[in-house]
Formats: sequence, structure tokens, C-alpha cells
Amino acid sequence: MTVGIVSWGAYVPVYRIKVEEIAKIWGADPAAIEAGLGIKEKSVPAIDEDSVTIAVEASRNAMKRSSVDPMEIGAVYFGSESHPYAVKPTGTIVAEAIQAGPNYTTVDMEFACKAGTAAIQICMGLVKSGMINYGLAGGVDTAQGAPGDALEYSAAAGGAVFIIGKKNIVAKINHTLSFTSDTPDFWRREHQHYPSHGGGFTGEPAYFNHIISATKRMMKILGTSPKDYDFAVFHQPNGKFPSRASKKLGFTEEQIKPGFLVDKIGNTYSGSSMLGLAAVLDIAKPAQRVLVTSYGSGAGSDCFDITITDNINEIRKKVPPVNDYIKDKKYLDYAEYSKFTKHYLLH
Amino acid sequence: MTVPRIWRKIPQYYNLIGKKCQKCNSLYFPPRDVCTHCGEINLQNYKLEGNGEIITFTVIRTPMPDPEGEIIDIPGRQIPYIIAIIKLDQGPCLTSEIVDCSPGEVKIGKKVKSVFRKIVEKGPRGVIQYGCKFKLI
Repeated sequence: MTVGIVSWGAYVPVYRIKVEEIAKIWGADPAAIEAGLGIKEKSVPAIDEDSVTIAVEASRNAMKRSSVDPMEIGAVYFGSESHPYAVKPTGTIVAEAIQAGPNYTTVDMEFACKAGTAAIQICMGLVKSGMINYGLAGGVDTAQGAPGDALEYSAAAGGAVFIIGKKNIVAKINHTLSFTSDTPDFWRREHQHYPSHGGGFTGEPAYFNHIISATKRMMKILGTSPKDYDFAVFHQPNGKFPSRASKKLGFTEEQIKPGFLVDKIGNTYSGSSMLGLAAVLDIAKPAQRVLVTSYGSGAGSDCFDITITDNINEIRKKVPPVNDYIKDKKYLDYAEYSKFTKHYLLH
Repeated sequence: MTVPRIWRKIPQYYNLIGKKCQKCNSLYFPPRDVCTHCGEINLQNYKLEGNGEIITFTVIRTPMPDPEGEIIDIPGRQIPYIIAIIKLDQGPCLTSEIVDCSPGEVKIGKKVKSVFRKIVEKGPRGVIQYGCKFKLI
């Protein structure tokens, strides 16, 4: 049975802060930080935005783009590191906001930055088994980075949602696989506001090992090579890691550029590779082939081999593309950013 | 607002579900049980589109204190914030917040569209109330 993406939607908040503005506060060299991270600015959620509001906006875009009856959605799964409730699901609020349900299943998902792609895999399984007709799979975050920590320069906000089904598919998912191990490169303990990380340990044994192993295994199983793909999207914690990983794997800059967003909006954590895929779907032509590999600390990668279908042109322009959200922006200074991100308490 | 009341208002807060009179087609938001034009009691749920125009607005610089003494993160942290009366394209008027802009950008007659945001968030323990606000087009 063919399973794939029936529709997609994305959302990025309008606010930005420049890396230069953050560096100024901590006495760091802005040029060195920008060059080191490959990020110029990042998105910031408005005071009244969180992962739920981002999930709703992206889901509404996905629903507007499709002709799917919301009552036919049988599963709602959102991956995030910033679900606003520790106990009470994000999925129930999103489903109510798109007028789906009540005949659906949901659970909040968390696996650092890859819970959204895991949601796609679960929806694929439910559709293939015949348990549901359509599943809503999203990756959304208002990412946390402690003031003064390296993550503060990159932790951003945004997300993308995919409707997974078997009818009217715009992108066929040919194959998916995962590569997972117990690698503690980045974590957040219960009741902690900000995550901790292993610094340089987040590189070779973590990001690169999982991204490269998952991608190589996919190409080995399918008998493909980088030249068989028109686009490739790799998780984007900063601008350097995905560029280096793609070069090691043999992909060109042209293949990764359309889905490469981190330099403009930062690392949207669970939204990162999902937004990259959404940006590719905004421009991909029928029969083109896409490879996507996510990465979640802790650690694992999900890899997808996707072929665009003829249906994509019918629904592509029904809602604004990711690029419109990226271009629509208002800058904050660090004082406003502190107010927005609750660096201080109200009296 | 109590949790049961927040729960009852989810359709109107999330999706602008108002009422339509089945006799004279008058639209109402917030929903009501009796048509004020013709007295009809057969009113059905009706989803209003989220597009409209600013009729008037004010800028809140000192938010109301919470009667229960809780710190109100939202809207308290948003000051100064903009509250407007919006006439929806389908007719009904409602009061809502205008977001993602400064007070100087808001003008009477400007077009707006609905967005999904947090409406009230009290401290770290309370339930979060979500719903529609509006932003300039």
C-alpha cells in the first residue's frame, strides 16, 4: 500500500533577534559567533505564542491546503520539547482548533528534535495497517536556550505539520528507517527551564554518527546514491553541522539549499527538519526525489525517501509558503527578547 | 474565568462559532439563544470567517489585577497591548486583541485576520486559555 504526505502546513513567528544583538549582551564577538554557528538571526515566539499556538497555525494551513474532512483524521501526534503542559496533551487542543474529532487518538511525543519525524512514522504505520484514514503529524517548538549559553544564539520557534494518508498523496514516502542509540549529548531534566548539553560531544558521536549512519543505511537498502535525489534535508541545529554532514555523504549545496533555513530562523528543534521538508514541498516538481534525515539528541535519526507526485501542483499555492513566513519579520532588542522569553518574573 | 466556563466557550474562542437565525438569517457573536431581530428561537451554530476591520481600539497600559491575587502572565506581560472592536466581514462585531504590532501601527479601518493565541495564562499552575486574536493584514 502506498502511504505518503497528503498535505503540509508551516508556521514561523514574526519576531526575530539578531545573533549580533545577543553577542553584544555577553561581550562576545558577533562576527566570530555568526561564522562559528552559521546563523545570522533566529525566530522568537510572541509573548502569547507557545508550541500549541504554532501547532494550530501550521495545522490550519495543512487543512486549508487539503480537501481532507477533519472528522476523518484518526490520529494527532505532535513532537516537541516545549509542550506547554507536563500533563495535558497538545493534540487535544490542536484537534479541537481544526474541528477534528472526537474519534481520534493522540499522545504528546518527545525525542529532542526528532519527535516530529517519529510522529510521521507512527501515522504511516496506522494508515498502512488500516486503523486510520489520515493522521496529523507535527514537529513544533518554542526552543529553550539558557541566557549566556551557546544555545541562546540558535534556540528558535516554529513548526510544520503533515497530513499522512493513502489517498490524493502529494509526496509518496517510499521508505523510512531509524538509527538510534543511547548517546547523552543533550538533555533536560524534569522541572528544569533550560536544557544541558555535552558541548563538542554533540558533534561526532551524536549528530554526525546518527545522521550519516541512517542516511547511508537508507541509500544502501534502496540502492541509491546522492545523485538520485533532487533535494536533501538534514536536521539543522546550526548552519555548520548539516553542511558538513551533507558534504561527508556526497550531497551538493544545491541539493540542500532549498530546505536550509537555520541561517535565517535558527534551530526550531522539533520543527527543524520538518520545516526544511515543508520548504522543499513548496517548490518541488512532480517525480522529484527528496531525502530527509532528522536528528534528536539522546539520540536517534529518522530517514525518509520521498517522491513528489503530480497532485502537488493542485494544492501548493492554497496557503503561504514557508518562505513568506521567513520574510515577514520584526526585530527585537535584547531587553524586549528578555520580556518575551520570560527571563524575569512579573511582580 | 472558571475552568468549566473556559471549556464551555471553546467553540467560540477557538473557531469563532456564533449563531445564525434560521428564520431571518441574522448572525450573532457571541452566540445567543434568541434572535433579537425576529424573536426566533431556532438558531444554529455558524462558523464565522476570521477576517474583518478595526472599528475602534484602545491601548491597555495597566492591566486589571487578578481578583484571586494570581500573577497574570498573559495578558499582564504583554503591556502595552491593543484591544479593538472588530467588525467581521460577515457582520457581527467582537472585542479582541490586536497582536504582532505596536500601538502606533493600529488605525481605525485597517483590515485584520484571526490568529490562534494564548488569551489568559495565570502563573505557572493554572489552565491556559487559548483562542482567537487578530493581526493586521
